[in-house]
Amino acid sequence: MARKVAGDWSSDVFKVLKGEGVRQVAYVPDAGHTNLIKRCRADKAITAVPLTTEEEGVALLSGAWLGGEAGVLLMQSSGVGNIVNMLSIANECRFPLLMLVTMRGEWGEFNPWQMPMGQATQAVLEAAGVIIQRADTPDRVAETVQSAAAMAFEGGRMVAVLIGQRLVGFKDWSK
Amino acid sequence: MAHAQTNRKITLDRRKAVNRILKDRGDTLLVTGLGASTWDAAAAGDHVNNFYLWGGMGGAAVCGLGLALAQKDRRVLVITGDGEMLMGMGALATIAVQRPQNLAICVIDNQRYGETGMQETHTQFGVDLATIATGAGFAETDTAWTMKELEDSLSLLYETPGPVFLDVKVTDALQPMTLPMRDGPAIKHRFRENLLGKA
Repeated sequence: MARKVAGDWSSDVFKVLKGEGVRQVAYVPDAGHTNLIKRCRADKAITAVPLTTEEEGVALLSGAWLGGEAGVLLMQSSGVGNIVNMLSIANECRFPLLMLVTMRGEWGEFNPWQMPMGQATQAVLEAAGVIIQRADTPDRVAETVQSAAAMAFEGGRMVAVLIGQRLVGFKDWSK
Repeated sequence: MAHAQTNRKITLDRRKAVNRILKDRGDTLLVTGLGASTWDAAAAGDHVNNFYLWGGMGGAAVCGLGLALAQKDRRVLVITGDGEMLMGMGALATIAVQRPQNLAICVIDNQRYGETGMQETHTQFGVDLATIATGAGFAETDTAWTMKELEDSLSLLYETPGPVFLDVKVTDALQPMTLPMRDGPAIKHRFRENLLGKA
């Protein structure tokens, strides 16, 4: 068995998603989701759906649920700004919506252009009616996703797991 | 792309067009886009296999994609407007990448934003959604300008391996509002119970 790299939470999150019967994984890539996207793309029981913009993911997963499939939306915090009106569908119809959001603009961020959306992410989601669960250490990510999945799929709610930038790391542009 | 001329006279009535399309629906699952497309589907007759969007502009086509991926043995038809499609045009690329054989997108194209005062949409100025769908990589696309062309295109909507795209050019004549049920959970539960059984 391959030794798990310290801080590699993606394999545990993948197991949680498999355990929840997730069949559609929609994503706009983020460096923090690289491993998870790879795993999902390699799994024959999962349809990986790359999006042109995050809001497509909200509508896609509404359609998936209508057809009997659970899904998850992977994105970076900047994508939260793109989904706000589309959340109306999930909010009004009470479609389960599980979102895993890797944060930028909060911990050691050096790109000033990432700050506005990163700092607004939680407030924007909450204003739109999304329940927030945060994970800021690698060992907490999988259990937080498990909790969020229960609230989404069983509780019929929109839930976002904000995966802290402290955990994902920040880009070192000096290299 | 048999009928992609932009200078032809538009004579088709949207209600008659949607009525004609849905007459042949069989057990097709239908998603309708915000606005007149939802009213048109309601006017053609409420149906348990209808999911009416009353919001989320730009989401109809990709909502149909999620449904089509989950229900690969059923034909999924999205009927939406040109303004709604224009707002979510990236969905055409996302759909083309997935290549769902059971998905058909039909745009009822009056070249106007009907719910907000009949302002021109981009299609009024020549933007050709069928050509864009072709460029995205849809399996087959067409534009229907007359009832005869629409009837010839029904096999495209219901039989041709998808993803397929049909633009139906209709007049901008206003139609009476025919409103279907609008409580989101009720529409969702009815659709799912009929398709999947009791939860």
